[in-house]
Amino acid sequence: MSIQNWARLGLLIVAVAILVSGPYWASRGTMRLLIEVFYFLALAQLWNLLAGYSGLISVGQQAFVGLGGYAMFSLAMFAGVPILFALPLAGILTALIAWPTAFVAFRLSGPYFAIGTWVIAEVYRLVFAQIPALGGGSGISLPAGLVKAMASGRSARESLIYWIALAIMLVVVLGIWIVMRSRVGLSLSALRDNEEAAVSVGVRTRSLKFVIYIATAGMTGLIGALIFVQKLRITPEAAFSVTDWSVLVIFIVVIGGIGTLEGPILGCILFFVLREYLADLGAWYMIILGTISVVIMLVEPRGLWGLILRWRNITVFPVTRRK
Amino acid sequence: MTHLLEAKSLDAFYGDFQALFGVEFHVDQGESVALIGANGAGKTTFLKVLTGLLPVPGQSLSLEGVDLTALRIHQIAARGIAMSPEGRRLFPSLSVRENLQIGASVKRPGPWSLETVEKLFPILAEKANTPSTLLSGGQQQMVAIGRALMANPKLLLLDEVSLGLAPVIVRDIYETLPMIREQGTSVILVEQDIGQAVAVSDRLYCLQEGRISLEGKSSELGRDEISAAYFGRAREAS
Repeated sequence: MSIQNWARLGLLIVAVAILVSGPYWASRGTMRLLIEVFYFLALAQLWNLLAGYSGLISVGQQAFVGLGGYAMFSLAMFAGVPILFALPLAGILTALIAWPTAFVAFRLSGPYFAIGTWVIAEVYRLVFAQIPALGGGSGISLPAGLVKAMASGRSARESLIYWIALAIMLVVVLGIWIVMRSRVGLSLSALRDNEEAAVSVGVRTRSLKFVIYIATAGMTGLIGALIFVQKLRITPEAAFSVTDWSVLVIFIVVIGGIGTLEGPILGCILFFVLREYLADLGAWYMIILGTISVVIMLVEPRGLWGLILRWRNITVFPVTRRK
Repeated sequence: MTHLLEAKSLDAFYGDFQALFGVEFHVDQGESVALIGANGAGKTTFLKVLTGLLPVPGQSLSLEGVDLTALRIHQIAARGIAMSPEGRRLFPSLSVRENLQIGASVKRPGPWSLETVEKLFPILAEKANTPSTLLSGGQQQMVAIGRALMANPKLLLLDEVSLGLAPVIVRDIYETLPMIREQGTSVILVEQDIGQAVAVSDRLYCLQEGRISLEGKSSELGRDEISAAYFGRAREAS
């Protein structure tokens, strides 16, 4: 390995170590914020994989956040599955539901696909609002007994959720990095560059997109399950929120730099900094976010990471397969 | 005898617009066939049909007796038709070597590998890690041909190789054609430059307004005959 790669690995290990030890140095408020940063970053990287690398512009990933959350609550409340087991199961269930969903969504392409995914998410929201056992439109809380069974006390439970959120984020970021460095990544890059040319050289673009869609749905479901375990309460509005799970996620990816692994990380940092300072401004907060994304798209369509690349040609996650 | 590729009375449509009319076309094993014609005559359309980019359901088109019209694009690639498209269509975010590697997606066995392709075009080994966007036009064309060869095709389609390139570079590229054919690969080449097309092909087809207006051995066709077929009767009458 070159010195540069050792430095990169060292930096990564230090960063991970600092984050892993979070429960020992961070306040409750900071931990809660970091958990949110982790799942937003994971959601952003997953959407980036879908839209940035596979050309699947979905505006309906909230369908899978919500399905994961509701699957989690149902498994824990009705099937008596302990929450820690219900989390991965919720992810798997979401992936299973995403399968038939993909057949519907993949009938459409381009902007129609985007709108179609949104409509599908709305359908799921309306369906879950009709289920009395899950509290209908007003939602339901996770029974205290189930929550207490997770860990010995509140701070132990919060640390546990923190570590799970961190683990999911690391798996997503490093997983996508590994995929992009592999043969599949080569095909995905080709697909992103020019779909017609990719399919002409024999890349199985349709199957590839299908697999990516189902895999990201499953991971998104897992994240959704965790989000609502942390929140302890789920409602159709919150679970299938297009603002929280699509608009903000797209904002993060687009301002950071779509189609790169570094971009969503930068976007996530900017998003949370802005939110910490602007959240009190109410509607103005969203207006400012919107304005910032428009300006960034006009100045540098490759986002903040694109701005940095203009200044210096560096890479944090080298994905080119060079021998 | 079955031809390697055979189209019988082939029609092709873009929506309601008919682009090809009753095209009779064949290529035999190891043959080099040129396809010429004016802009809009249907040359690129015909190549799109062969690669499956323009589906022609219910038409008669076969490779080694296997019906191509029922196959999807990547299945056709896997059967052994590879194209170096007009305008190269390289993948800009990939390096030269990655552009070649992606060509091997169909995993067909055969003589062509990274090693042999880089031997055919030595400059590609030298520029292996260069982004494909930084290459000259001629080098990009070599990548496009190399990428197609990586699939070890039975039939190689070359669309407008000479477009926008200096004559000396065009000559360099066409000089590799015999080496490609030596490996048993058949070639269909679409060319604007009729002289070039005649020089490197065994047989020639001329398309005019979606119809085959001339077919024959390249060495036996006269220049007048070719121009008449190329420009059509309208030009003769005027």
